[in-house]
Amino acid sequence: MDDRTPPVGTPEQHPAHDPDPGPDAGPGPEPAEPAQPAQPSDQGRGTPVGRRLVLGMLGLGAVGVGVGGAVQDRLDSVLASVSAKDPTGVTGLLPGGGGFRFYSVSDSIPHRGETDYRLTVDGLVDHRADYRLADLRALPQTRLVRDVQCVTGWRVPKTAFSGVLLSTLLETAGVRSGAAAVRFSCFDGVYTESLTLDQARRADVLVALTMNDKPVTAAHGGPVRLYVAPMYFYKSAKWLSGITVTKDVRPGYWEHYGYDVDGWVGKSNGRHDDPTS
Amino acid sequence: MTPPPDPRAARGLRRFTRTETWVHRSVAWLMGVCVFTGAALYVPQLAEIVGRRRLVVTVHEWSGILVPVPVLLGLASRAFRADAGRLGRFFPHDWRWVGVALRRRRREPSLAGKFNAGQKLYAAFSVGALLVMAGTGVLMWFPRLAPLVWRTGSTFVHDWLALLFAAAITGHVYFAAQDPDARRGLRTGYVPRWWARAEHPLWQPEEPHDPPAGQPTGRHSRTP
Repeated sequence: MDDRTPPVGTPEQHPAHDPDPGPDAGPGPEPAEPAQPAQPSDQGRGTPVGRRLVLGMLGLGAVGVGVGGAVQDRLDSVLASVSAKDPTGVTGLLPGGGGFRFYSVSDSIPHRGETDYRLTVDGLVDHRADYRLADLRALPQTRLVRDVQCVTGWRVPKTAFSGVLLSTLLETAGVRSGAAAVRFSCFDGVYTESLTLDQARRADVLVALTMNDKPVTAAHGGPVRLYVAPMYFYKSAKWLSGITVTKDVRPGYWEHYGYDVDGWVGKSNGRHDDPTS
Repeated sequence: MTPPPDPRAARGLRRFTRTETWVHRSVAWLMGVCVFTGAALYVPQLAEIVGRRRLVVTVHEWSGILVPVPVLLGLASRAFRADAGRLGRFFPHDWRWVGVALRRRRREPSLAGKFNAGQKLYAAFSVGALLVMAGTGVLMWFPRLAPLVWRTGSTFVHDWLALLFAAAITGHVYFAAQDPDARRGLRTGYVPRWWARAEHPLWQPEEPHDPPAGQPTGRHSRTP
């Protein structure tokens, strides 16, 4: 009954209670004999290959968890150079194969353009404002080239963003005394983010209109997204539609799920990445 | 007078019990959900179509962690344990099966017992992969469990093994797609007798009736 090579030449034993002892009852050694006759192997219970394979994989997995971080770092640079020359984009699908990963918490990618996009600045300000895309383009533009670092580990080197400094919009609106923070809302209807007023006034925080010198695409959060260069990329809210000056910081979407509100690259979320700005 | 046809002959040979087909079906569904949600988290084009990241993450985590459950429940069944034992052990003909497969790129059916060596290796690989994926998955699921280096390492192992596992599952599905009788075996529990003779000639099937109480199954046909 065990699955083992049958002893050559020994007739198969049918227990007495076998009700169907016809020629079909069980494949004996006679039919479809291999080219070389099978070796008798009744000694022992065979080799526990399955157990060895499973234990070996568990060991490898544990080693991989131990050294994986360092290995992936090396691989990242190799893969980045390969995928730069890979016209098919297949290498981009490999882990660490470079490029952005698409993360969205909403049902689908929202689309807005010239006619229906509006950016509202309100809250504790003297002049509430509504900007169309053309209005934002007419303001002084700042271009920054920095690495993008995601809190899940991937990093995209030297990515260019350009747009209006957030501080410009805040200045134009006139922040009232008593205000201490800024809250961002998005036209995907779900995502929110926030910064302290000091963080929002930094010279490396943009309301970005272009990414790598092309208009920000819908998948990347276009037509307008936030770009907070010194922080993990979850702070750079996509599909930005509202800037509200508030009295205190209200944690954003991911911050309700354990991410740090002050998302400095390398100094938060238990990570030690190189700073991006 | 013609005797009425034996219904067992019409159904063929019993290859799997109801428990075993149930375990396989449950694992297949859970794995399917887990693989699809994993792809939706990982492949940018799919992620753009699916969105809903938090929901997808939750479904992925739970479907993944539940995959071993039907297998563990299955261990209560004697037939399941017997087949697990068969899958785990290599006999001389299995080594030769591997040799033929490597040298001549051929799956030699005459060297197959109830399971051929390829099926045995796939089974062991899936168990190992499943455990590693579950372990690294849990480390990422609960970030407080382990220091950051371990989490990065887990991501590394989880991502690369996922690609390997996906390739193996593709092979598994490909071979199944080519063999309707093997699929019937897992769907109904029965396979045609000619199929068993052709594909698994070294398989000595169990008797259709339970052995008398007290007599351990799988032992009485062993000759010293």
